[in-house]
Amino acid sequence: MLGPVGFAAPWLLLALVALPILWLILRAVPPAPVRRRFPGVALLLGLKDDESVSDRTPWWLLLLRMLAVAAVIIGLAGPVLNPEDRAAEGSDSPLLLLLDGSWASAADWPRQEEAAETLLEDAARAGRTAAVIRLTTPEPPVFQTPETWVTRLPGLAPEPWEPRDSEDEAMARTIEAIGALDSGIETVWISDGLDRPGREALLEAVEARGPVRVLETGGDVLALRPPAFADGAVQLTAIRAARDLDRAQTVTVQAHGRDPAGVMRVLEQAEMTFDAGAALARTEMVLPAEIRARLTHFALAGTRSAGAVALTDDGLRRREVALIAGRDDREALELLSPLHYLQSALETNADLLHGALTDVLPANPDVVVLADVATLSDGEAEALTEWVEGGGMLLRFAGPRLAASDVSRAEEDPLMPVRLRAGGRSLGGAMSWGDPKTLAPFDDDSPFAGLPVPEDVTVSSQVMAQPDPTLAERSIARLSDGTPLVTRKAIGQGQVVLFHVTANAEWSTLPLSGLFVGMLERLSVSSVNTRPAAEEIEGSTWAPERVMDAFGTISNAGTLPGVDGADLIAAPLGPDLQPGLYRSEDRAIARNVMGTETSIAPARWPGRVAVQGLVPPVERPLGGFLLGLALLLLLADILASLALSGRLRGTRAAGASAVLALALLLPAPQVARAQETQGQETRGQAAQEAEDFALAATQETVLAHVLTGNDRVDDLAQAGLRGLSDTLYFRTSVEPAAPMGVNLETDELSLFPFLYWPVTADQPIPSDAAYAKLNRYLRSGGMILFDTRDGDVAGFGAATPEGRRLQDLARPLDVPALEQMPEDHVLTRTFYLLQDFPGRYVGAPVWVEAAPADAEQIEGMPFRNLNDGVTPVVIGGNDWAAAWAVGEDGLPLLPVGSGMGGERQREIAYRFGVNLVMHVLTGNYKSDQVHVPALLDRLGN
Amino acid sequence: MRTPAALRHRAEEEAARLPPLLARAEQLAGTVLLGDHGRRRAGLGDDFWQYRPVQPGDPRRMIDWRRSARSDDRFVREREWQIAQSVMLWVDQSASMSFTSNDKTLPEKGDRARDIALATAILLIRGGERVGLTGTLLPPRRGQNQVLRLAEFFSRASDEDFGVPEHRAMLPNARALFVSDFLGPIDGLTIALTKAADRGVRGVLLQVLDPVEEAFPFHGRTIFESMGGTVAHETLKASELKDRYLARLGERKEHLTQLCAATGWQYGQHHTSASAQSALLWVWQALDRGV
Repeated sequence: MLGPVGFAAPWLLLALVALPILWLILRAVPPAPVRRRFPGVALLLGLKDDESVSDRTPWWLLLLRMLAVAAVIIGLAGPVLNPEDRAAEGSDSPLLLLLDGSWASAADWPRQEEAAETLLEDAARAGRTAAVIRLTTPEPPVFQTPETWVTRLPGLAPEPWEPRDSEDEAMARTIEAIGALDSGIETVWISDGLDRPGREALLEAVEARGPVRVLETGGDVLALRPPAFADGAVQLTAIRAARDLDRAQTVTVQAHGRDPAGVMRVLEQAEMTFDAGAALARTEMVLPAEIRARLTHFALAGTRSAGAVALTDDGLRRREVALIAGRDDREALELLSPLHYLQSALETNADLLHGALTDVLPANPDVVVLADVATLSDGEAEALTEWVEGGGMLLRFAGPRLAASDVSRAEEDPLMPVRLRAGGRSLGGAMSWGDPKTLAPFDDDSPFAGLPVPEDVTVSSQVMAQPDPTLAERSIARLSDGTPLVTRKAIGQGQVVLFHVTANAEWSTLPLSGLFVGMLERLSVSSVNTRPAAEEIEGSTWAPERVMDAFGTISNAGTLPGVDGADLIAAPLGPDLQPGLYRSEDRAIARNVMGTETSIAPARWPGRVAVQGLVPPVERPLGGFLLGLALLLLLADILASLALSGRLRGTRAAGASAVLALALLLPAPQVARAQETQGQETRGQAAQEAEDFALAATQETVLAHVLTGNDRVDDLAQAGLRGLSDTLYFRTSVEPAAPMGVNLETDELSLFPFLYWPVTADQPIPSDAAYAKLNRYLRSGGMILFDTRDGDVAGFGAATPEGRRLQDLARPLDVPALEQMPEDHVLTRTFYLLQDFPGRYVGAPVWVEAAPADAEQIEGMPFRNLNDGVTPVVIGGNDWAAAWAVGEDGLPLLPVGSGMGGERQREIAYRFGVNLVMHVLTGNYKSDQVHVPALLDRLGN
Repeated sequence: MRTPAALRHRAEEEAARLPPLLARAEQLAGTVLLGDHGRRRAGLGDDFWQYRPVQPGDPRRMIDWRRSARSDDRFVREREWQIAQSVMLWVDQSASMSFTSNDKTLPEKGDRARDIALATAILLIRGGERVGLTGTLLPPRRGQNQVLRLAEFFSRASDEDFGVPEHRAMLPNARALFVSDFLGPIDGLTIALTKAADRGVRGVLLQVLDPVEEAFPFHGRTIFESMGGTVAHETLKASELKDRYLARLGERKEHLTQLCAATGWQYGQHHTSASAQSALLWVWQALDRGV
């Protein structure tokens, strides 16, 4: 062993002694001679070599060869990096495997399971027995053949709670059983990496029985504390147990919930950053109430453990309460407002909705409060009834209006819990002889049971309920004289609650007392925002709705038994209390793995315990590398020898082979990566170029021509459009910028109103993608002027190579039926009145989109009511660009016709261009019959 | 490259770059001077010989446009030479001449030697001289056909390692041009030059060498072989031989110079790395000067 390197056959290294001898031998032998043709040899005849100058192998070549031989010798000696210590395999002591198996193990469970499996398989090969204890569910060790345990390993998956500490009964029994074992047991403890008090007892017990090793991943453990709601936002706190706290770390927290379609998805996410040195990271999420209501849990992205999942419960939900008052004519006296006390009581815990009843009902509030609202319209009542039956809670307060109305008088109103007697009653006033009444203690079956009744709450007025058989069961609060104060009736899934007093302090002092808030809370009008204390819900039974396993997977609780409220809040998690969402009636409490104050820290083991990583360093034989190195050195020796004897010089083949050999040896990925970065740069560049192109094309109106690949044609098209652009600039309000060439394959077409497409006989057919672009362009109102430039030799048609090419080019295009341009086509009058359309050639017909078949000329009108749009294509062969073409100096490039007639023809060509661009830009504007009189006038009729 | 046509083509190219060489005998210098530019002074010179139709290979500048304008054909005006010189060529065809140190950039020594010799022959023939080979193979004649014949003979290589100039059948008072590397045994050359001097033949020795033969850039253990493989020399450290080789080469050149001085010949060197034209220019001047 030399450090981490060991040798399979160390005796072979003795051969290294032979190296100096080899040196001497090689040094004595001169290199082989080179045969060389040389006419001057005749002059050399007779020349003798000096004895002392005999040429020897140079020292560096010798060194190269020595290295090669040394590499071969060492390589054959079988060097191994990180050789496995096979000594342990000889032991036959039983193996005790302790798994923490907690939620923190879950994140790394596959590797831990693999490590355990490896240990067990090694033990099996060595013929040892083994026992596995999962500390989350400890039981006395059972030593069996390791194979049995390997098959049971999948059943030993982590549990979503902490390992038991030594005070736990099962753990105590386990420790006792270990203490009773014979010594000589090797213990391997696969830890989840978290520090916990209370494991010393177990550690001492196993150390007393034999050597102990600890396997740990050493990775960070991340966990998420339950979310809290404060300051209008969800407050999230993540904690970490890291050996290296100085490292800043960013994690993503995701809010999971159901979308409106009921599908689970990530509704929101936020980054949380652990500052260097901090074990806490906080963030807050501002979520609308509707989204909050949809949340099921928060989770740290990328961490698969129950600790990184925090279920949400009612703590995040704020009930929406709609407040509707029967009279709102007294704003000035705020304290008399029927809603003032309700608002004060509710606004901290609930989202309040104001507005008309029909407006707020679609928002599906949890509670609708009607303060002294007597009559409802039929529509309102219907909507309200439907809403209540769907689970809404209607809270009504009495008042002068209700007392004065006939609502629920003779027979029970569906939206009132009881029938009312007319007028109500007044107590303790100046005109009455009774004292104001106080409240009676609440019955046990009342939802208000247990609320203390303050002495100073008095009721001076109330509406009275008609005695009915159902009255007793519907009363949930009474005055001291037994008259109902609060009555309740279930309607469908919802309920109606009536306070027989006003919501303000007019009729009673109830709204001034704390009891009012307590009653509202019991009615779930304002839900609990804070977690109830254990005592508060002691005795109530909470049924698990969804539970979470150690990996943070949430599943339905199925038939798990309910738990007591006090246990739910205070008891540690375990098989009987799994983390999850627990529900009692309409309240839900989430029990998460992490508490609001839980903190975690990396495990600290006593110095005497050996701590290792999960994966042992991989054994790596080095012999192959060394033999390969030797081969390389010998190759280099061949090249060097050739070079030395002059045979390499000038022979290109040898040089090429050397380069090839080197290229084979060099790792290719770097090159590939370089190409990749280059590729990205090119992509970025391309995007930039596309952007520049779009900017240039859109800042002004730009005429464009299709690049054909024929430089002469393209230059002429450019010059032609320049001439046309200048003409437009001088004569019309269209002021185009310099024309652009457009590559159909790469450039965006939709930026241009007009494309001039000179057809050459040899231009390539565009790709399918380009045709898709062209068709989109044509459908969205673009126009292409095809110019076969063969008007001199052929009428338009397939007679010329250009014509045939045009047919090939246009076949995949979405071109409508065509006709020769009729006399009354709008192109003849968009700017100038024209009847022929010459370019450099005259007479070849020009084809445009055919007029609809039903277009008829109306008597007295000079033209028909034609196409309601721009013809997408204009096809001709008059070589317009040539007639339009001007050089940089603004002078025509090519002659047209002869003499003044030719100049006239050029002028008409320009006019056609102007008409064309006007047609593109204004559509069928000149087709409008409004222009008829002016046009007739111009036509001289 | 050795085909007669290609060789002639290259030789014509070389020859086209020089004005016709008027090799003349010393004693005729004064009398036949008129022939040079006589056409512009009609009647004074009567060295007109004949008009002949243009043949392939005649440069256009030789066409007599005045005569040609009178008919449909083009004619060349030839003049008479009262005394024609005989020039004998010897080009070393041995294996030693087929050496080149870099077959990509440098021609073989033999190729260069033949180019120069044939170019000289073309110039001479164009000037009306008679040109032939030493020995009895190809006696001196005039006319374009002689160029073809010369090219034909030049394209025959010999298997000998080192060439020896032919010293028999040398025409008295003729001129001679010997082109070789002169690296082989020098006895044959000495005999030939001595005999030539005896017969009043004077001429030019052109030594064509490859740059490597001047530089000797070798090292390491080497066996040097002649091109034919008949002579070999082995050394353990070639770099040690360089100085002594160069000294021997210097001696050889000195010997040639002295031999030429003794026999009235002229000695020149040419390296294949230099342009052939410079060598041709030198040969032309040497022939002009020497005769």
